[in-house]
Amino acid sequence: MPKQISLIIDNQPIKSLENTMIVDAAKRAGIDIPVFCYHPKMKSVGMCRLCLVEIGRPVIDRATGMPVCEQDGSPKIGFGTKLETACTTPVSEGMVVRTTSEKASAARKEILEFLLTSHPLDCPICDKGGECPLQNLTMRYGPAKSRFRLDDKKHLAKNVPLGELIYLDRERCIQCGRCVRFQSEVAGDPVIGFDQRGRSTQIITCSEPGFDSIFSGNTTDICPVGALTSADFRFGARPWELKSRESLCTHCPVGCNISIDIRREAKSDGEVVVKRILPRQNEAVNGIWICDKGRFGHHFADPHNRIPRPLVRKSNKLTPVSLETALDMIAKRLRRKGTRLVTLVGGRLSNEDLFNLKQLTQKAHGRAYLYGNMVGGELTCQVGLGLDTSLEDLKAGNVILVIASDLHEEAPLYWLRVKQAAERGATLIVLNGRETRLDNFATHVIHYRYGEEIHAITSILKGNDPVARTIKKAQGLVIFAGGDGLGPQTSGAVMSSAAQLLVSTGLAGKPGSGLVAVWKSANTQGAWEMGYQIPGNLDKTIRNADALIIAGADPLGDFPDLMDAFQSVKFLAVLELSMTPTVDLADVVIPVAAFTERSGSFTSAERRVQVFKPAVNPRLGVLPDHVLAAKLGKRLGIQLFENTPEIFTEIGKAHTVFKDMTYGSLSRFTDQWPVVGDRSKYFSGTVTANGLGVGARLPLTSSAKKIFIKSGTPLKYSSRKLWAVPISRLYDCGNTIRYSQLLEKRMIQYEVRLHPNTAAALGIQAGAVVLSLGKHNQPVACILEETVPEGFVLIPRSAGIPIYKISEAKLIMASGENQNMKDG
Amino acid sequence: MSDYLLLRHRQHPEIDTLEGYLKLGGFKTFKKIVDGKDPAGVIEEVKKSGLRGRGGAGFPTGVKWSFLPNDITPHYVVANADESEPGTFKDREIMEKNPFQFLEGLMIACFAVKASLGYVYLRGEFWQVAGNLEECINKLRKQGILGKDLFGSSFALDLHTHLGAGAYICGEESALLESMEGRLGQPRLRPPYPAVFGLFGKPTVINNVETLTNVPLIVEKGAEWYRKYGTEKSPGIKIFSLSGNVNKPGNYELPLGTTFQELIFTHGGGLKPGRKAKAILPGGASSIVIKATPKALDTPMDYESVAGLGSALGSASVIVVDDSVSMLWVTKKIIHFFQHESCGKCTPCREGTYWMDQILHHTKNNKLSIQDLELIRSVAEQIRNKCLCPLGEFSIMALVSSMEQFPEDFRS
Repeated sequence: MPKQISLIIDNQPIKSLENTMIVDAAKRAGIDIPVFCYHPKMKSVGMCRLCLVEIGRPVIDRATGMPVCEQDGSPKIGFGTKLETACTTPVSEGMVVRTTSEKASAARKEILEFLLTSHPLDCPICDKGGECPLQNLTMRYGPAKSRFRLDDKKHLAKNVPLGELIYLDRERCIQCGRCVRFQSEVAGDPVIGFDQRGRSTQIITCSEPGFDSIFSGNTTDICPVGALTSADFRFGARPWELKSRESLCTHCPVGCNISIDIRREAKSDGEVVVKRILPRQNEAVNGIWICDKGRFGHHFADPHNRIPRPLVRKSNKLTPVSLETALDMIAKRLRRKGTRLVTLVGGRLSNEDLFNLKQLTQKAHGRAYLYGNMVGGELTCQVGLGLDTSLEDLKAGNVILVIASDLHEEAPLYWLRVKQAAERGATLIVLNGRETRLDNFATHVIHYRYGEEIHAITSILKGNDPVARTIKKAQGLVIFAGGDGLGPQTSGAVMSSAAQLLVSTGLAGKPGSGLVAVWKSANTQGAWEMGYQIPGNLDKTIRNADALIIAGADPLGDFPDLMDAFQSVKFLAVLELSMTPTVDLADVVIPVAAFTERSGSFTSAERRVQVFKPAVNPRLGVLPDHVLAAKLGKRLGIQLFENTPEIFTEIGKAHTVFKDMTYGSLSRFTDQWPVVGDRSKYFSGTVTANGLGVGARLPLTSSAKKIFIKSGTPLKYSSRKLWAVPISRLYDCGNTIRYSQLLEKRMIQYEVRLHPNTAAALGIQAGAVVLSLGKHNQPVACILEETVPEGFVLIPRSAGIPIYKISEAKLIMASGENQNMKDG
Repeated sequence: MSDYLLLRHRQHPEIDTLEGYLKLGGFKTFKKIVDGKDPAGVIEEVKKSGLRGRGGAGFPTGVKWSFLPNDITPHYVVANADESEPGTFKDREIMEKNPFQFLEGLMIACFAVKASLGYVYLRGEFWQVAGNLEECINKLRKQGILGKDLFGSSFALDLHTHLGAGAYICGEESALLESMEGRLGQPRLRPPYPAVFGLFGKPTVINNVETLTNVPLIVEKGAEWYRKYGTEKSPGIKIFSLSGNVNKPGNYELPLGTTFQELIFTHGGGLKPGRKAKAILPGGASSIVIKATPKALDTPMDYESVAGLGSALGSASVIVVDDSVSMLWVTKKIIHFFQHESCGKCTPCREGTYWMDQILHHTKNNKLSIQDLELIRSVAEQIRNKCLCPLGEFSIMALVSSMEQFPEDFRS
C-alpha cells in the first residue's frame, strides 16, 4: 500500500499518497497549479517551467537526524533558493508548498511572458480561442502588456498539414511536447516528433500518410494552445458559440463517452448542427480519449447524407409519402392474416429500439433476428466481465487473452486499454491467424493456421506449455474474442471454447475475469441480452418471410448474393438512415433519427449499459426506431411505449439483468481522475466532464458450469488452394463511415493483401488483379505484405468485397492496365 | 614544467602510434589492474588522488565512479568528447595527438566500474578525430588489449565512438545520453542520475576526455605522486586553453593553482604592445566575467580561488579580453551563441536567449539604450534559476556580470 503523506499547500493541510507529484496532490485538493507540458495521463517532463513553486522541507539536524524546531515548537521549514517544478517533484512528509507567494507568482508571470514573446497572439482567429489554456492562464496570471518588440517576432508557417486530419500552426506551438508524448507514451504510435532546436523547434510527422495514427485527434484536445487543430473543425466555430451535448459513440462496441458540440448557424439554414465530437470522461470506459473514427466519422448523421422522407414503391419507383401513409402501408401488410413476419435488426440500434421491435414482432407472431456475422452473445451474458472487473485495473497477475481479434482496428479503445494493462504488467497472450499490432505488447503470441483456431484454444486447456501454465496461474483472465478471420459458425466455436477456458480455470465470474466479444456494432451485446439471435441461415430466413422489416442493417449491401432471397420476399420495409442497396429494394422506407437526434441506451461489449441524449433536433417527422415501432404497434393494437425511460423500465421487467437499472441509476457518478472540464482545461485538455453518468455493468446471468463447445470447420488445406479470410479494418467503407470525406484517404476499398510468396506461387504481382470469390469476379488492388500468412488472402469486411466467412478464392492478374479500382 | 603528463606528444610525437605508446610503457597500467582484479582498489586510488572532473563541474572523479549500484547491470562508461564550450580546445589535442593515453584512461575507468563497454561521444564536427580513434580502437582489438578474456582474465572490454550532430547541449551529460540513444539531444530530468539510470537506462559514468587522460598516470604512479601537483583541494595538473587577445594562444599544461598572471604573461606571451588586460572569461562562454584587476590576475587558477572571485574555473578555457574590446560586443557574441545552441526544451532558455539576442540586435554605435539595457537585464534575471539544465543558467552569466563590471561598455 502506498504511504499517506501529509503536507501543506498554500496553508491548506493535505494528505496525499507517496510518489504523487505536487501538481496532482494540489489538484485533488482543489488547488490549481498552472501547467502546460504536464498532463496527468503522461510522464512528467518539467519542460515548460510554468509550475514553478516554492517548496520548503523540514530542516533536519545532521548530527541528531531529528527535525529542527522553531521557537514555537513547530518544525522549521527550509526553502531552497530556487523554485522547483511542481510537476516533477513528488510530495514528501512535512513539505510546505507555496503556489501563490510573491516569488512563485512572479515566476509564473515571467514564464507566461516568455511564452508570449513568440506566440502570434492571433486569438481572434484561432480555433482554440475561448477554450485555450494559454489564453486563460495569461488572463489570470500573465502580464497585460508585452515588453517584446512586435517586429522581433519570429514568423513561422501557420498552415502545416501533419497529415490530412491534423494541422499545425508553428507560430502558436509552445513546444510543450504533449502531442509528441501522447503519441509515443499513450497511443504507441510515435509518428510525430520534434525537429530542429531552440526557437526553431517544430513538430514534424515521420509517417506516410502524415500523422498516421488512429488516435491523432486527441492531440488537438490536449494541445494547450491552438497549434494543433483538426481538419474537421478548424475555422468551423468559436468555442463559445457551441453547446455541448452528451452522447455515446456508435462506431464500435466499446461505448466511448463523447460530447457532441452543436451550433445554430446561418450557413445551415438556421438549423442546429453538429460541429465536432469531443471525448467525454469516463475512466471506466474510454478515460479521456477517443479514436479518430469516433471523432471524425460522424458525418453519416449529417442531414444531407440522409434519406429525407418516407418512401413507398409506386410503379416500381420509390416515391416520397407522408410518415402516416408509410406506417399505414406497413400495418396494412402486417394485418393480413397468416403473414409470416421476420424482423432483422442491426447492432447499432439502441436497447429501446431493439426492445420495441422485438415486442412488436413477437406480438405480430413474427420472428425477430439480429443481423451479424458473430455469435456467442449468450455466453458473454453468462461469463462476461463481472460487476467488479474493470479494464482500467488490470495489472500484474492478470492475464488478458485476445483471440481472433485485431483490437486496434475493431475496438481502438480496447486496444489502448489492453496495451496499457500490458504496460502495467498484465500478461497479454494474443492468438490470431496473422500478425496484429497487439503482438508488440504481448508476452506470448500464437499464430494459428486459419481453420485451426479451436484447436489452438483447446490445446491451451490441455497443454503444459508456458501459455497454459500462465493461464492456469492467472489471478484473473479476461478474454477478448472477435471475428477476425471467422464466419458465424466458427465464431460460435471460438466463443464457446473461450468460455470453456474461463469455466475450466475456475475464473468465470471472478474479479478480473470474463469474456468480452468484440462485436462489430455498438449495441450487439444489448441485442443478445434481450434474447436476439442471429439466424442460422440468413438466406433461408429471408426466403421464409412474407413480410420483412429491416432496421439498422444493410444485408444486401454486404452480401449481394442475397439478392435472389430478397426478391422472393413479398414485402420489405426498411428503417434506415441513408440510402443503401437494401433500401433500394424496399417497398416501404422510413427514415429514422440518427444517434445525434435521439436518446436511448447502449450495452457495450463489456456489458456496460450507458445512456445518451439527443444533441440536435431531427428534421420534422423523422423519428427514432422505437417510436416508429410503437406507432406501428398502435396501428396493430399492440401497446408499446414511445419514451425511452419508460421503455427502459419495460426492458427491466422483461429481462432480469436490467431489472435494477433505470435511467436514473445509469446517470450516477463515481469520482473521476484526472479532473477535467472548464476550469481544468489547462490540466487535462478540452475533454468534457461527464454530466450523464458512467453507466452500469449488467450482472451475469446464471453462472455457467459447463459450456458446450461447438465445433469449427477445419479447412481442407492444399498447396494449390487460396483461402480468402475476412478481416476487419477501422476505416472500411461501411455505411457509417463512408460519408466522412475527411477519412477518405485512409478508407480501404477493393483492396486485398497477401504474402509475396503466395503471390509468386499464383504468378501475380502487386497491383490490379481479379478476385474470384464464389460466383463473383471483381477487380481489386493487390497489396503484398510479408505479415500475411502464406496461402491466404486477407479481405477487409465492408470494403466493397462481399465475404461472409473463410472461403476459397482465386486471384489472377487483371488483363487491362490502369483499371480504376475505386470505380470497380 | 619538466615533463608533460597529458600533452606528452609534445615531447614524444610518436606517442600517437600504438607502438610508440607501448614503448613509453602504455597499457602496462591497464594490464596490471586487470591482472590485479581489484576494481574497488582502482576507485579508491582515484578518490585519494583528488582528481576532479575537467569538463567544467569539477566533481570528484573517484566519488562519481563509486556511485554505480552493483545490483543493476550492465554498467557503461562514456567519455564526453563533445568539447563545445567556446574557448575550449584541449580534448581535441589530446585525442588527436595522444589518443592511447586517453583510451587507456577510459579503459581503466571501465574496469573500475565493471563496465565491459565504453563509448566515446564526440561532437559531430570531430568526425576526423572519431575516425582516428576508431583506428586506434581497432589496433587495440588486434593487439588483444581490447576484447574478451583480457590478459587471461574473465574481463571483457570493447570501445566504440559515437558522433553527435553538432549541438552544444550534447555536452550536458543527460542530453549526451539522449543523443546516444538516438533521440533529440535534450537534457533529461534529474533525478534519476546517470549513475543509476544512464545510457539505455543502465548505470553510467560520464567523464571528460582530459579527466580520463589523467587516470593512467594516477593509477600507475599513485595518488600521493599526483597530489604533488596543484593545491590541497584542487590537486593535479590541468590543461588551460588560452585564447583571446594574447600573443600566444594555445593549450598550456600547468598545475592547478597557477596564477592568471603566469598563464597569460609567462606562458601566453602577454598581450599586444600597449594593450591592457580588461576582462577574463576563465571558463569559456559560460563564465562569469572577471575584471582583470591586479588582484584578479594574481589569483591562482584552482577551483576554490576562482570561485572566490565570484566566477568558476569551469573547463579552464581562459579567454582574455583587452582594453580595445567592448564587453557589449563580447556579450553579443556569447548571447547569440546561446540562442543558437538552446535546445528548446525549457521555456526560459528557448525564449529568453532569443529575446536577449533580439534586444542586442538593436544596439546603436555599439551601445544599448537605457530602456533596452533595463529590459535585457530584466530578461536575464527572469531566466535565472528557472531553467531545466545548466545551459540556460549559463546563458546569462557573461551578460549579467559584464553589465555589472563594465557598465560603461553598454550604456550610451
